[in-house]
Amino acid sequence: MNAPNQSGWKPEMETAAPDTVAPTHTGNRALMLEEPLIFEIGSSANTGVDLPEPGSGAANRLGGMERSDPIGLPGLSEPEAVRHYTRLSRQNYAIDLGLFPLGSCTMKHNPRLNEKVARMPGFADVHPLQPQETVRGALEVVNELAHWLLTLTGMHGVAMSPKAGAHGELCGILCIRAALEAKGDAREVILVPESAHGTNPATAAFAGYRVENIPATPAGRVDVAALKARLGPDVAGVMITNPNTCGLFEPELKDISDAVHAAGGYVYCDGANFNAIVGKVRPGDLGVDAMHINLHKTFSTPHGGGGPGSGPVVLSEALSPFGPLPFTARDQGGVVHLVEEEDAAAFGHTQGFGRMTAFHGQMGMFTRALAYILSHGADGLKQVAEDAVLNANYVLRSCEDVLDAPFGASGPCMHEALFSDKGFAEGFSTLDLAKALIDEGYHPMTMYFPLVVHGAMLVEPTETESKAALDQFIGALRSVAERARAGDPALKQAPFHAPRRRLDETLAARKPVLVWQEPVSE
Amino acid sequence: MARLYTEEHEWIELDGDVATVGITDFAQGQLGDIVFVEVPDTGAELTKGGDAAVVESVKAASDVYSPVSGTVTEGNGALEEDPALVNSDPEGEGWFFKLKVADKGELDGLMDQAAYKAFCDSL
Repeated sequence: MNAPNQSGWKPEMETAAPDTVAPTHTGNRALMLEEPLIFEIGSSANTGVDLPEPGSGAANRLGGMERSDPIGLPGLSEPEAVRHYTRLSRQNYAIDLGLFPLGSCTMKHNPRLNEKVARMPGFADVHPLQPQETVRGALEVVNELAHWLLTLTGMHGVAMSPKAGAHGELCGILCIRAALEAKGDAREVILVPESAHGTNPATAAFAGYRVENIPATPAGRVDVAALKARLGPDVAGVMITNPNTCGLFEPELKDISDAVHAAGGYVYCDGANFNAIVGKVRPGDLGVDAMHINLHKTFSTPHGGGGPGSGPVVLSEALSPFGPLPFTARDQGGVVHLVEEEDAAAFGHTQGFGRMTAFHGQMGMFTRALAYILSHGADGLKQVAEDAVLNANYVLRSCEDVLDAPFGASGPCMHEALFSDKGFAEGFSTLDLAKALIDEGYHPMTMYFPLVVHGAMLVEPTETESKAALDQFIGALRSVAERARAGDPALKQAPFHAPRRRLDETLAARKPVLVWQEPVSE
Repeated sequence: MARLYTEEHEWIELDGDVATVGITDFAQGQLGDIVFVEVPDTGAELTKGGDAAVVESVKAASDVYSPVSGTVTEGNGALEEDPALVNSDPEGEGWFFKLKVADKGELDGLMDQAAYKAFCDSL
């Protein structure tokens, strides 16, 4: 059993970064700590709490169901457990550590003002089962945020309860299904363009629809003629991402919507990329019937392990009657209610398809998102979109001489810049470039997506990066791109400076070791 | 009968009424290291161009389509234990499934080896 802290950089890291200085006694390098598994630190013989022995009169009330074998959990003291996870967290990457260029993810800074507001006791310490009379302020927040989302999108109704993007997609598609079934016109097919988000076909399939792909044009946009040709009485709807995953605006969305509506279908828009158009374009004006909004992207709530997602869905007038419960609404006295099953009829909502969640959604994210919206104001949100697009175009045009930009000629990109691996030396891949970016101190960009581009690299800098931060990132990206073009053999070995060298992803996927086994002592 | 190829990078070889189907060397090269393969159950009815199998690599998960309609007579069980066979021998030991072909006419229009090579070179 290893004692805590009896560790250091792995030997291969020494060879990766040779050093003339004598190694330390522990193997550590100051606060650069190697950390064993928690099972290797702890011992099933130890316990972190000191409970008194049960008294002699204590009866066993488990009725013979008590566990007879040890369960093998490691025992650690509280400081040992805290230090273990804090040390692991130091090997992680986060938006608070650096630029996070993950495309289609909008990894923007999470303003601390949001956190301050979310921690106010009236918002932080409420419980979903409290009587509504005791949480009027929190319900006002939900309703106010709903109002802002409707204003920004030009839509008619909103379901606040979906927990994140894909959950919101499912909510929107279930609304479409309910609307069609109410007309006695159940349909079978959802059309999904190749430039749509990867979750879209999964959502449609999960909701029971058959998914058919619509090809992309060479310019990286939806093939509108192919889409229109496929419309018919079996098509329930289209799921389209705008701006799309090639980082391009779909200027013909209104035309597409009109055609889909004329054929009796509905239009779902994936709102994951709303950051590029917030305050500039209202999806409702483009004929969209349902769109989820990732509060954890566009509206700056924590994303990617930092907090739960939240994916409210805005709905057109045609779909609003079919939205899920609960929702917020003002009564005639101006008081905000959370409308549940028992009073849905009183609020005129009798055709809802059901529920997405047990309660009303992610309260902690609603307060953060509303704080973000109110601190920016309508003009500030507009500038968010403008700066996000400006930053992405700056990255695109600063790198397109060393990285192939397949749609660079299609005009300005929106919120993200897309590159391919064309021009890399024989045998060098996007993966090699991404691993080298880790050495440069960056989380790599989205890779191998969208599928329409070979070896895709999708970079979304967001508006919260300064020009200096972008210049440093562009310098790093250009450097690793030039090494990939030149065929620098060291690139195949990267990363050298990360806490772990290149992992054997193939072995990990083919022969995963999912359960820790205590080493047999000799 | 000579081996034929689809634009989705499947190969098919007919022997009597039963055809063997797999993915091409080009396809496995594009996918990278393959970590999981799901082949159809014996008796499954496949349609030309419909989903037949799933292949997952370190890069992506992809559907494999049936080049022709028919009834599956055997899935390659060896791929479950050793999906790497698709990388090492895609057009031999790494075959995916065999099916009893419903209509041999559906083979018309598939590419022969020379045409498939030209197709790949054009990509």
